[in-house]
Amino acid sequence: MIARARWLVHPLALLPLALLFYDFLIDNLTANPIQEITQRTGKTALILLILTLVVTPVNRHFRLPDLVPLRKRLGLYAFLYATLHLSIFVGLDYFFDWELILLELSEKLYVLVGLTAWLLLLPLAVTSTKGWQRRLGKRWKGLHRLIYVAASAVILHFLWLVKSDIREPLAYGAGVALLLTLRLPPVRRWLPRRTPE
Amino acid sequence: MRAITPLNITPEPLYLNRRAFMRTFGAGLAVAAGAPATLLGAPSEPTDLPTSFKDITHYNNFYEFSSNKQAVARMVSGFETTPWQLEVTGRVAKPALFDVEELITRFQPEERVYRLRCVEGWSMVIPWHGFPLARILEAVQPTPEARYLKFITVHRPRQMPGQKNGWYHWPYVEGLRLDEALNDLAILATGLYAKKLLAQNGAPVRLVVPWKYGFKSIKSIVRIELVKSRPTSLWMRAAPHEYGFYANVNPKVPHPRWSQASERRIGEFRRRRTLMYNGYEEQVAHLYAGMDLKANY
Repeated sequence: MIARARWLVHPLALLPLALLFYDFLIDNLTANPIQEITQRTGKTALILLILTLVVTPVNRHFRLPDLVPLRKRLGLYAFLYATLHLSIFVGLDYFFDWELILLELSEKLYVLVGLTAWLLLLPLAVTSTKGWQRRLGKRWKGLHRLIYVAASAVILHFLWLVKSDIREPLAYGAGVALLLTLRLPPVRRWLPRRTPE
Repeated sequence: MRAITPLNITPEPLYLNRRAFMRTFGAGLAVAAGAPATLLGAPSEPTDLPTSFKDITHYNNFYEFSSNKQAVARMVSGFETTPWQLEVTGRVAKPALFDVEELITRFQPEERVYRLRCVEGWSMVIPWHGFPLARILEAVQPTPEARYLKFITVHRPRQMPGQKNGWYHWPYVEGLRLDEALNDLAILATGLYAKKLLAQNGAPVRLVVPWKYGFKSIKSIVRIELVKSRPTSLWMRAAPHEYGFYANVNPKVPHPRWSQASERRIGEFRRRRTLMYNGYEEQVAHLYAGMDLKANY
């Protein structure tokens, strides 16, 4: 069942992008469209990153191995949106004005930590193929644990850029914290695990 | 750059924004694709054309209704602005209670086209209708102890659903030093684009201090108190390290979140460099002579 429905991840993950184009065509991107598309691609990247982190614990505790291939796809879509987000910041918002971009990078921690998150995701996207998985062997798993750091950095990025009311990033942060806690060995052992019938 | 430009008012809303965005967006893609920059024409001198009526009335920071700038215009329908009284009280010889209609007939609002720079890194040009705050102060006669003005927005959680958000200390409060309030640029606005103010823009009467970040220009005012000591504004209370009492537009004082060195003029594609005191340096710099502007942000 799950295996047959897995293709749905593609249209679902591309839906936010399609909506963005649609809203662009019908002039529904607010009076400040560049900010709107920056925020929407950023939030989509965060949601997809969280969904990527959901796969492993759900499979572990509910034994749903058919979900596992989704992890790579969700992760790559998260990276796609993160890349769009960064490209919009550099190319549209700041229009390759490197003087201003460097100023932002040097004086705003949220920019620095956001860029760090993207840089951490980059090697994961590159080494997401079977070939790289084989070549890296045991090290692959260690490398891909960088997603924990990246997800935490994204939460920090979000926390530092909202105006005063931090409840929304805190909610996402709680999600990430829960998903990371589930991975701690004592927690993992303590939680029930469904065994094959 | 002239601070106050006479302007031929375009009576109908300008709906040019999308086209302008699409055109410049296309140009951006052309640059990204490596098209020669000459194709796009040399960047012209920045001009200060008024922002479209639609954008001015549909992109509003008015947390009393919603923290979503697009949602504010939809949320204001239940907000009653007539009748409305503005009380001017505190350390004054002649405290007064003005009806808004009375303010308009008595002080004769005139057109003032001002740049508005939001602390969030975007800006507009708005053709306000208003009269100098100094005129009201002349009428109420501040006593020698009066050193600051404390402005207070109406508090009506039933009509302003955002005021039910317990994160902030309502009602909205802002303040000015008396000499700032007496500066000719500081106005109380009752209209824009030759129409009465709409609720989302702070109807029926609001402050406009164009050399300060937009949040200083408090909306829907019911009371102005002349006071002895410096009032604490809502934003100073919410995040004291980010929002100071002065909040003068200053490209050299960074904010942890938004660029203060540059801004996006609504309706434009490229960022502009932010001007000291939002371009009103000539008129207001003397108010802050000798002050450490980094400490007094």
